[in-house]
Amino acid sequence: MPVYWLIIIVLGLAALGYVLGRRRALASAGGDSRRLHSLPSYYGSNVAIKAVVPAFLLMIVWLLVQPLIVDNRVIGMIPQSEIREGSSAGLVLAEVRRAATGLENAVQSGAMLEIEARDSRADFTDMTQRLKDAGQIVTSTITQPILLAAQKYRELSNGGRFYMWIAVLAVAIAGAGWGLQGTTPDFRARNTVERAVRMLLVGAASIAILTTVGIILSLIFNTLEFFRLYPVKLFFFEPTWLPSFGGGIDSDGNPLSKLGILPLLWGTIYISLIALAVAVPIGLFAAIYLSEYAGPKVRAVAKPMLEVLAGIPTIVYGLFALLTVGPMLIGVFGADGLGWMKAGTAVMTAGLVMGIMLIPFVSSLSDDIINAVPQAMRDGSYGLGATKSETVKQVVLPAALPGIVGAILLAASRAIGETMIVVMGAGAAARMSLNPFEAMTTVTAKIVSQLTGDADFASPEALVAFALGMTLFILTLGLNIFALYIVRKYREQYD
Amino acid sequence: MTDASLHTPEPRKKSSLMTVNARTKSRNASETRFRMYGIAAVAAGVFFLVVLLTAILSNGVGAFQQTFITVEVFLDPAKLDKKGGREIENIKKVSTFGYTPLVQQALFDAVEANGIETPLTKRKDMKALISASAAAQVRDYVIANPEQIGETVSFRVLASSRVDGYFKDRVTRTSVARDKNIKPVHLDLVDGLQAAGVIKKQFNIDFIVGADASESRAEQAGMGVSILGSLFMMLVVLGLSLPIGVATSIYLEEFAPQNRWTDVIEVNISNLAAVPSIVFGILGLAVFIQFAHLPQSAPLVGGLVLTLMTLPTIIISTRASLKSVPPSIRDAALGIGASKMQAVFHHVLPLAMPGILTGTIIGVAQALGETAPLLLIGMVGYIATNYPDGIGAGFLDPNSAMPAQIYEWAKRADPAYYERAWGGIIILLVFLLTMNIIAIILRRRFERRW
Repeated sequence: MPVYWLIIIVLGLAALGYVLGRRRALASAGGDSRRLHSLPSYYGSNVAIKAVVPAFLLMIVWLLVQPLIVDNRVIGMIPQSEIREGSSAGLVLAEVRRAATGLENAVQSGAMLEIEARDSRADFTDMTQRLKDAGQIVTSTITQPILLAAQKYRELSNGGRFYMWIAVLAVAIAGAGWGLQGTTPDFRARNTVERAVRMLLVGAASIAILTTVGIILSLIFNTLEFFRLYPVKLFFFEPTWLPSFGGGIDSDGNPLSKLGILPLLWGTIYISLIALAVAVPIGLFAAIYLSEYAGPKVRAVAKPMLEVLAGIPTIVYGLFALLTVGPMLIGVFGADGLGWMKAGTAVMTAGLVMGIMLIPFVSSLSDDIINAVPQAMRDGSYGLGATKSETVKQVVLPAALPGIVGAILLAASRAIGETMIVVMGAGAAARMSLNPFEAMTTVTAKIVSQLTGDADFASPEALVAFALGMTLFILTLGLNIFALYIVRKYREQYD
Repeated sequence: MTDASLHTPEPRKKSSLMTVNARTKSRNASETRFRMYGIAAVAAGVFFLVVLLTAILSNGVGAFQQTFITVEVFLDPAKLDKKGGREIENIKKVSTFGYTPLVQQALFDAVEANGIETPLTKRKDMKALISASAAAQVRDYVIANPEQIGETVSFRVLASSRVDGYFKDRVTRTSVARDKNIKPVHLDLVDGLQAAGVIKKQFNIDFIVGADASESRAEQAGMGVSILGSLFMMLVVLGLSLPIGVATSIYLEEFAPQNRWTDVIEVNISNLAAVPSIVFGILGLAVFIQFAHLPQSAPLVGGLVLTLMTLPTIIISTRASLKSVPPSIRDAALGIGASKMQAVFHHVLPLAMPGILTGTIIGVAQALGETAPLLLIGMVGYIATNYPDGIGAGFLDPNSAMPAQIYEWAKRADPAYYERAWGGIIILLVFLLTMNIIAIILRRRFERRW
């Protein structure tokens, strides 16, 4: 029986425990809840928590540890001769696991009897055919040792499963019993329950930390793996990106794939610069106009309209770049016009569209910052006879400058991390050129192209994506921390 | 001081406030210019929005209409049930290749019956007009109703994507000159059939509820299955990120002691909010697929990745709404003997709920439109042709999601798919708009000013 039945049974026990605990508490107080330390429902919850929490903890630990133990025991059964050239114990183990699942499914579906699946003297050639007939996926012929190992594997995991059921149920019942035992009028049930809830809250808050740890660990391990296969120096300083399909090593021992990050970084920076060149002037002027000049009516209409731009998913911008802006630019700069552009996907296309996407970022962040400049500073400037624009240029903007720089940095980090627009609008060729009408590619676009498809995760061509991801993560994180530092420092000045 | 009085003041230039001097003029001009820059910037932003929306609408509306051919198909017993006896096993043996000639014949008969002049004299010439899906449609009908064999039944079948393109001005006589699939004579025939009312452009519900189709059958492709995929993903996101997000915010806002650990959590959350979405995709690939061996392309994995991505958004908005509940509420509850936990769960949380829900809806809407992480966990490249057959399968079977489906269509070579991609965007935006409107209504309806 699958594990979720066990979960349901334990939860049922907990519900039962709740009812019993509540009843017992009331009975112990002679039916008068005023004599209890806590409300009766707390006594019920106390029993339920004591039934569920230890049982589930045990189950999780068991589920994590059991495969490790089983793998260890089974791997000892596989003779060295079974591990072929170019293969590893892990691959053979995967085969054993597949065979074991096949046996299990065959028994479940009734295509094989339990006795047959356990029979260690079974003819293994016959077994392969029978598993295939039963609709199981068997990749290669099952050999004698593998069949034996698979049978052992199945036996161990099924046995382990069985003991897990017993242990978990026993712990749940014992926990409920312990809870019921302690249900007396003097027992501080509310404090116990609240402590448990508090632990739950702390646990939830740690998930954010776990996510970060997960990101960092998955990036670091795979990046280290990549650098084991590919020289660090070449990754950072080679000016070409040219992954070869098969991978491999040439006669000098250098990898055939050229995986230099420089062209990708250049593409990323170039596209981001164009995007910022579009977004910063428009966003900044829009923010100045909306906060200093516009009346409440204009503001009420124009501000949400600009913010709609931020709510549109990036896939929409990507499609807009690919199908509208690209062909439009071709019409002006292409062969029929100025003749500068060869294809619709280019740095310019992606940069322009990304710029449009970033306008609301720059404008709403700068808007907040401009509004935070105290009115007294403006009034002082007006009092000296300055016009509105002079006040903005010489008083408001200098005061808001650190904040605006922070906003621009945040927008830049957005631009660097943006994926869909560059995947669809910038092209796939990695090159280092100054011509904005040429196709270039970025770090994010290459992460996507190296990790989609049937890449084998052990090859440097796939693992490079993790190194690229790491670069991206560090880059954006650095920009963000710097930007937040600047914004925060500035805010303190006027508070 | 004394120096000043010794100085004889220069005679003042005579000027009046009424006449504007050159300096004031230039200052005023620069004032106007500056103002104009502002107006131009706002106008540019609004202009981009309008262009974007116009592009979406004008390109995408066509996808909701499709060209259909109405034909009377004679279900020939000699072809469909050679042995007679109408046994379902025998009928199922006839593949779609057996049905194709019948449909073509039916259209050919319609051409002759309407007296349309055409140089096309063979049944097989009709192939260019009819979608490859028509044969399968007729076959499904026959298998469901075997007693109809031998009758003539009216079917509304899809026209081929080229004919559909001709109706939508995507395909013209000049553009078909190099096309292998269709010739100008076919287009003449289509004109005739349109006049006779056999071919019509109609609303196509299958685009909204249907499944994706193979690369060569653009006319058949729909968003339905990927909408379901997105729905299952959003259920995971909502089911996980709301409780976890609210619990985290309650802890940080109400219980956390001011210490280093709390600081670390807070800095972490604000940094997570700014991590590029593709990095979450890498995390999902490494942790959920490589490490935990969860199934690739499954909405469950997509949902988990998007949950991690949405959590910071939800936490930030939940904390803001918890903060906006005035301390007097807490003090009153504590004053009449509630514990801290009771004060929070019985009083503060219900009052903060509208704000929390608004933030959650906005977070989920953001997750709904996210594409990049889904590319990495394999939710593209998979052709979503089957509806999941149950709740469990909905979470675990490979599926696509709306934005991933749109990306998939945009990558395909046939321009007919571009129209579908724009149409898909309209559907996606309708979902997003609905969610945002619900959030706005919630905010307007329940927001309290203290």
